[in-house]
Amino acid sequence: MPVNTILGLFAKSPIKPLQKHIAKVHQCCEQLLPFFMAVAEDRWDEATVIYGQINQMEKEADVLKREIRLKLPSGLFMPLARTDLLEMLTQQDKIANRAKDICGMMLGRKLTFPADLSQDFQAYIKRCLDATELAVKAIGELDELLETGFRGRELQLVEEMVKQLDIIEDDTDQLQIGIRRKIFARESEFNPVDVIFLYKVLEKIGDLADQADRVGARLELMLARN
Amino acid sequence: MEILAQYGTQLVLIAALFGLLMAWGIGANDVANAMGTSVGTKTLTIRQAIIIAMIFEFTGAYLAGGEVTSTIKGGIIDPIAFTAHPDVLVLGMIASLLAAGVWLVVASFFGWPVSTTHSIVGAIVGFAVVSLGANAVQWDKFGSIVGSWVITPAIAGLIAYVLFISVQRLIFNTDNPLENAKRYGPVYIFLSAMVICLVTLQKGLNHVGLPLTSNESTLISLVLSLIAAIGGIFFIRRLRFNPQDDVKMHYSNVEKVFGVLMIVTACAMAFAHGSNDVANAIGPLSAVVSVVSHGGAISANSAIDWWVLPLGAVGIVLGLAMMGHKVMATLGTGITHLTPSRGFAAQLATASTVLLASGTGLPISTTQTLVGAIMGVGLARGIAAINLGVVRNIVISWVVTLPAGALLSILIFGLLEKIYL
Repeated sequence: MPVNTILGLFAKSPIKPLQKHIAKVHQCCEQLLPFFMAVAEDRWDEATVIYGQINQMEKEADVLKREIRLKLPSGLFMPLARTDLLEMLTQQDKIANRAKDICGMMLGRKLTFPADLSQDFQAYIKRCLDATELAVKAIGELDELLETGFRGRELQLVEEMVKQLDIIEDDTDQLQIGIRRKIFARESEFNPVDVIFLYKVLEKIGDLADQADRVGARLELMLARN
Repeated sequence: MEILAQYGTQLVLIAALFGLLMAWGIGANDVANAMGTSVGTKTLTIRQAIIIAMIFEFTGAYLAGGEVTSTIKGGIIDPIAFTAHPDVLVLGMIASLLAAGVWLVVASFFGWPVSTTHSIVGAIVGFAVVSLGANAVQWDKFGSIVGSWVITPAIAGLIAYVLFISVQRLIFNTDNPLENAKRYGPVYIFLSAMVICLVTLQKGLNHVGLPLTSNESTLISLVLSLIAAIGGIFFIRRLRFNPQDDVKMHYSNVEKVFGVLMIVTACAMAFAHGSNDVANAIGPLSAVVSVVSHGGAISANSAIDWWVLPLGAVGIVLGLAMMGHKVMATLGTGITHLTPSRGFAAQLATASTVLLASGTGLPISTTQTLVGAIMGVGLARGIAAINLGVVRNIVISWVVTLPAGALLSILIFGLLEKIYL
């Protein structure tokens, strides 16, 4: 007789918050591009400001993450496994952490990279951002997947996106190898400690795409459980 | 015996008053559960939902409420055991009504999801056992009623699952979902209308002076369903589809078609709800009326007095008109992420199941059947998140309500005995 029987039956969907989270993460990563531009042109004040923004967004993503976790109690009956959702959330969140790490590392050491590699670096970052953007898109399809009961054409569409993520990730690996080779060829010109960190930053940027790919892999796993 | 002669009219009036109050309560509260999915998916405004509910709750109660009313009236207790004690039956039925009412008020105060049906059945069994002993109850009937409480949500769940999968296959997972929605929409409308008409007409409309043969009723059902389907085609044609909406969410326009289907299933829900739940209010009343008007004679199969069913129907409508708006307002905002396609599957499954139960005279809980149906859609991976805690609460309240209703009716029966006997 109480009116809330049917009302109480529907719990808050985790899908929208999940989408909001990955969108925030991507937004955070996007700041890397202006950050690198600023660094390349030795505008450290501006870089510091951008770092502050990235830091802020990473924190906002963290808040979103915590909210989702708290609102996903174990007594929910969902079309997706709760553990999968939480794991995916963790993977999503790691992307933002990486972005913050990269900036922090560069800012802390006032690390610059060789001017003639600037183009390569930019292309590399852009490609990595392609990956995070595609991850946003793929997670964005969860709405439609729910509508179609996680079946059929919509499923194929998302699987296609995940495949695309793989391809982009491969691309970034190739770009990384290229840049690494160029740095290696001229290693002796730089301060040895800087070189170590240069390699590290290079790797961390690649992690963005790696991590985005991992989100896609999680999504695929989630959908495969039929 | 003397009591019946002396206080007969008074007792009937008391029973009628309580019956009306109970019906009022069902209209005010229960209907919100039955119509909640329609309002929650925003296919109907609150006003539209109330108007639909008023019309179809009334017709459902009046046209198809007879079987379940008979069960409550004389199916749970053993009429033979009461032939020597018609006064006990009359007081007991009044006590049951009161007990169920009290229990529902208590439960809604604490927010427990209890069912009117369960309370009234528990109450009737309670007074019967205490007044005349265990053999005053037809335990096999009681057993099948209780069994149906478990089975009906499961059946509704299964139907909803199959319906939802069929919707996915035929519409959502195709090249052109919108075209297919327009094509199959009327078919689903036909199906929904057919279920309502068949169940209602097969049981016959003798009590409203419309005796029909089986063939006649099938024919009429077909015609009415076709009319509904054609009406559906008309309404779907009139829909304005905006491709812009699909940019944000691919299936916005498809869901608009389901909005039309949901209007039909909302009617079916109200009809089914009226047909099953009116008995909770007027079943005991009709027992009282029948005993008093026959001067104490109890017969198992006596017809329900002509004014009893409409009284219940009017009570429900009154409750709806007075309280429906307030109660539904809380629903409209609450249900998120339930789209019309899901609401349609859940409602059609619930309405069919409840109507079948009404046809066979089984008093069941509409709300719990709907919960079962929603779970069915959830199993087909159609709903983002279902709170299993609510399901657990329902099971708990289910177990508590039977003895609680029984206990209360025993207490009230004792009181009435002191007053009248």
